[in-house]
Amino acid sequence: MTAMTSQETSALSVSRLVKTFDVSAPWLNRVVERKPRQFLQAVSDISFDVPLGGCLSLVGESGCGKSTVARLVTGLYRPNGGEMRFAPGHDGKPLSAQMIFQDPYASLNPRWRVKNIVAEPIRELKLRKTRAEIDDRVVELLKTVGLSASDGEKFPHEFSGGQRQRISIARALAGEPEFLVCDEPTSALDVSVQAQVLNLMRRLQDQFGLTYLFISHDMSVVRHMSDRIAVMYLGRIVEEGKTEALFARPRHPYTQLLLQTIPNIEKPHRDRVVAGGEVPSPLKPPSGCPFHPRCPIATARCSAELPEVRTLANGTRVACHLAEDA
Amino acid sequence: MAEAQQAVLEVRGLKVEFPGRRGVATALSDVSLSIRPGEILGVVGESGAGKSMTGLAIQGLLERPGHIAEGEIWLTDRRIDNLGDREMEKIRGREIGAIFQDPLTSLNPLFTVGAQLTETIRQHLGMGKAEAKARAISLLKDVGIPSPEERFNQYPHQFSGGMRQRVVIALALAASPKLIIADEPTTALDVSIQAQITSLLRKLCKEKGTAVMLVTHDMGVIAETADRVAVLYAGRLIEIGPVDQVLRAPKHPYTRGLMASIPALGARVERLNQIDGSMPRLDAIPSGCAFNPRCKEAGPRCTRERPGLLPAGAGASACWLNAGGTA
Ligand SMILES: Nc1ncnc2c1ncn2[C@@H]1O[C@H](COP(=O)(O)OP(=O)(O)OP(=O)(O)O)[C@@H](O)[C@H]1O
Ligand SMILES: Nc1ncnc2c1ncn2[C@@H]1O[C@H](COP(=O)(O)OP(=O)(O)OP(=O)(O)O)[C@@H](O)[C@H]1O
Ligand code: SF4
Ligand code: SF4
Ligand SMILES: [Mg+2]
Ligand SMILES: [Mg+2]
Repeated sequence: MTAMTSQETSALSVSRLVKTFDVSAPWLNRVVERKPRQFLQAVSDISFDVPLGGCLSLVGESGCGKSTVARLVTGLYRPNGGEMRFAPGHDGKPLSAQMIFQDPYASLNPRWRVKNIVAEPIRELKLRKTRAEIDDRVVELLKTVGLSASDGEKFPHEFSGGQRQRISIARALAGEPEFLVCDEPTSALDVSVQAQVLNLMRRLQDQFGLTYLFISHDMSVVRHMSDRIAVMYLGRIVEEGKTEALFARPRHPYTQLLLQTIPNIEKPHRDRVVAGGEVPSPLKPPSGCPFHPRCPIATARCSAELPEVRTLANGTRVACHLAEDA
Repeated sequence: MAEAQQAVLEVRGLKVEFPGRRGVATALSDVSLSIRPGEILGVVGESGAGKSMTGLAIQGLLERPGHIAEGEIWLTDRRIDNLGDREMEKIRGREIGAIFQDPLTSLNPLFTVGAQLTETIRQHLGMGKAEAKARAISLLKDVGIPSPEERFNQYPHQFSGGMRQRVVIALALAASPKLIIADEPTTALDVSIQAQITSLLRKLCKEKGTAVMLVTHDMGVIAETADRVAVLYAGRLIEIGPVDQVLRAPKHPYTRGLMASIPALGARVERLNQIDGSMPRLDAIPSGCAFNPRCKEAGPRCTRERPGLLPAGAGASACWLNAGGTA
């Protein structure tokens, strides 16, 4: 399988990445209850490229492996297989990715004042020399995310959920990263602050050529931010392509389902049922195409044979036996 | 509002204060709302508006030195804002189920998900071990966790973010409470699971008469789930009314701005709409209408007098322009 075929340079090329977790019961329980060891493949044979200065978004159902990919890319997990290559950054060394975590609470030290939390990467990386310069920078960052200078004196618990999420964004920006992995960075933000933060992220991209790997379940946010989108299902990428191509004509049946179920304020359907049946478990992945139990057009071949990833004429990659190229 | 049925939750004139080094911050001021059996009240508003604070105050969980300075909170026919810690603890979990904004605070990393669920079920419903386990597994299934039997034995860190969020929902539902306070229960969830959770909440309301206070910034979820919507701004209730009116024909200038800043699913725009300026800090709330520095329609009266909630359409709104008034 070859990754994206475009001519753009990639900030990151990932090929055939695999991550497996051992989720066996403790040894004693296994012996007593005669249970075998159990493994969970959270990421299976994933390849993608993140365009330099661009944004690739990962989308897909809860539990499909998005955060695991983010943690692999930032080096928090070690892969069981596959390769990741980072392009050189401004200083000639390979880029390294900074992360904005899905859970803003768990990632902020409760005993530190917010100004110290934000200043830490600046000190660590020696990005400013004097104390006054560091202080100025911290205030600037707090204002950028819609907080005020005096908020720096407070502790994380004195903030609301969305305010804490903004603190973690300010901290991530403090390190002046060239590559930012954002795991649901705006999920706790109301629309107006979300708009501010997304506008800011786009501006940083234009000004400093920042590269993003972006994770969000909100398709309108994803559409706004990304150049390319990779749709994941049960640990695999099932479709990957240019944002507009994917929205204009989703090729994979799962992508089609995903785009259909976007809640709509104009036409809310209040008694909506979950489309397409049960979500499968990565502990017992279906045979063949992982989507076949829910796929409206599945054939006998689908339950027997895992579809290869094919690259269509418009550059979209899709893993489905029946996806057409026309 | 004249209703035959007694409200499950009734909040009257709630004021919450946080004394601090630089004076007293008023986190909530004159908030009144009620939720009837089987009703879902959506609560929306900008980050820091006081949504979580309202939920915490109702449950007696304000972090000290924060406290209720004024007002009353009633759970059916019982006043609960003046109860002691012991009594409140009995009410939490049993009569009020809570889904906190941060799913990790409700989960203990040292115990399996199954152990935590069965513990809550046994404590509140007095079930035996086997019965509690069966209920726990069926709850996990209800919130859309695949392979619930296997997941029962796993620890929180072995779950994805959205799966943890759903475990917290299962915990809140465990004892069949009459009031559920759900603070951003679906933030980290994709739309199809979100739909499953919201339809589960609606089902509980319809079948068991559960009352739900649903805090969320996702207007799509509000549109599909809530019966009525309350809008908070700088710790004040500025608009409340039926969901159709608040979303489609909002009466308050702030609510109108909020609705306009929702990113449309249409084409990519260069810049998303945002309401200019930001919400005031709690210790610097402007006099008169708290929204006046950002309001395009503000007049001289708005900086002098604070507008109270006045009837507006089928709901109420706190703005001087209401009912043909002038600002
Ligand atoms: N540390 C871990 N140990 C065991 N299993 C794990 C671990 N981390 C993740 N998993 C499992 O891997 C799968 C993918 O999880 P991941 O957190 O990547 O999902 P996600 O796509 O980010 O979902 P969400 O949208 O809910 O955050 C899940 O089935 C999860 O239970
Ligand atoms: N322990 C505390 N001490 C002092 N101020 C606090 C404390 N907790 C919250 N606040 C302040 O009270 C205000 C309301 O907070 P709350 O958590 O209710 O906001 P929210 O509406 O839930 O916002 P979000 O959407 O960001 O979660 C915020 O300005 C916050 O900074
Ligand atoms: S391979 Fe078959 S089951 Fe899988 S998505 Fe395509 S048609 Fe559906
Ligand atoms: S009272 Fe005045 S400032 Fe406040 S929302 Fe109405 S017009 Fe605007
Ligand atoms: Mg995740
Ligand atoms: Mg909150």
